[in-house]
Amino acid sequence: MNENVQILDGNTAACEGARLCRPRVIAAYPITPQTVIVEKIAKGIDAGRIKAEFICVESEHSAMAACIAAQATGVRTYTATSSHGLLLMHEMLHWASLARLPVVMANVNRAVGPGWNIWCDYTDSMAQRDTGWIQMYASSCQEILDMHIQAFRLGEDPRVMLPVMVCFDGFTLSHTSMPVNIPDDSLVDNFLPPYRPLWKLDPDNPVTHGNIIPPKNYNQVRYSQHLGMRHVPEVMGEIRRSFSELFGRDHGGMIEETHTDDADTILIGVGALGAGLKVAAEEMRKNGQKVGTVRLRVFRPFPVNDLRRVCHGKKVIIFDRAVSLGLGGVIFSEARYAMPGEDLHGVITGIGGEDVKTKDIVSVVERSAKERLENYWVGVE
Amino acid sequence: MDGLTGLSKPVKGAMGKTGTWREMKPVIDYEKCTRCLRCWISCPEGSIIRCEDNRVEIDYEYCKGCGICENECRIKAIKMVREWEHE
Repeated sequence: MNENVQILDGNTAACEGARLCRPRVIAAYPITPQTVIVEKIAKGIDAGRIKAEFICVESEHSAMAACIAAQATGVRTYTATSSHGLLLMHEMLHWASLARLPVVMANVNRAVGPGWNIWCDYTDSMAQRDTGWIQMYASSCQEILDMHIQAFRLGEDPRVMLPVMVCFDGFTLSHTSMPVNIPDDSLVDNFLPPYRPLWKLDPDNPVTHGNIIPPKNYNQVRYSQHLGMRHVPEVMGEIRRSFSELFGRDHGGMIEETHTDDADTILIGVGALGAGLKVAAEEMRKNGQKVGTVRLRVFRPFPVNDLRRVCHGKKVIIFDRAVSLGLGGVIFSEARYAMPGEDLHGVITGIGGEDVKTKDIVSVVERSAKERLENYWVGVE
Repeated sequence: MDGLTGLSKPVKGAMGKTGTWREMKPVIDYEKCTRCLRCWISCPEGSIIRCEDNRVEIDYEYCKGCGICENECRIKAIKMVREWEHE
């Protein structure tokens, strides 16, 4: 196998990941910090490296609407957005999922204004939790590229048939350059079968989609969507095995674990923050502390069974970078559902791009030895 | 229940006999009609039937009485009348 390692930032890795999956239609609107993805895709199409139709749209709502319409003709589509752009798409996100159109979208995580803020937290994507999109979070530029390939296969699996959001940290990943191994097109073609839609608009076989349906049928459609979500852990397990066999890399399945076997304390997070937890855990282990980490690669569906298996009987500290205002950290609340009997601590950190350093993580762990941390808000409390 | 979505295939009268919704009904004056098919192409419900020789007939089982055909007819060969005024 020819190794093609290049130094790429996260946005370029996303563009390369999308290119390798051969979407036929791409509709996107630029927004900081995602802009580079749109620029590189436009250049790629212009140079003939990406064989797709690019639709210039006037908003993110239109971008998603265009992807939905294109995907409904039976072709693979892709888009990318961030923050306020994602929020503007909200209505269309529900539409893509209920229509069982597995659109894949990159979301470069960025805080929401006002107080205008271009830096990272996960409020934008986590606020889309209930739209029926699978949500994955990458922690390196290599994983961004690889996660795109996995996302298309996951969403298009006939048991799943749901759209997938590939999320990664604004600037921390989107604008940070790292070595990225770009696989051969043929390797990706082996891993990702051609898209076989559940339904499509076809003049030879006319159908109407989105017509009024009575409550009983709607109830079934919703349940079917839920079933699609419930198949994700099983399909993700297959994807993990097949991906590591073909590509020789393994980022984990629903979750990525480090040192969980011998750990008495487990730190949980997503994205680049999840990678930061790993660094901090290694530091603490040098001092003999038995710390392990769990990084959620998939946040929706929530990896309930993996967490129950890994965290049982251990102290768990959840690092949230998004808040459900009036309740608390988003992952913390969900972990409480998944693991009601466990010793859970939760902190809110890194909001609006606040840097989360190793020493901050270590001091949270130290503090948790003295008091129960229940939505302790780092830096303000 | 895997892979369900709000998909419908064209069938006649999926929503029942919508002709009962009607208050005004279109009536064609065949003396005037030139068989231009403007009404047939304009009917949003497909309730105007194109017969042999392009003669048109209205399917009163499903026509909701919207009046678009009357509005579109350039030679005023279609007239909307009260439901009970015409048999």
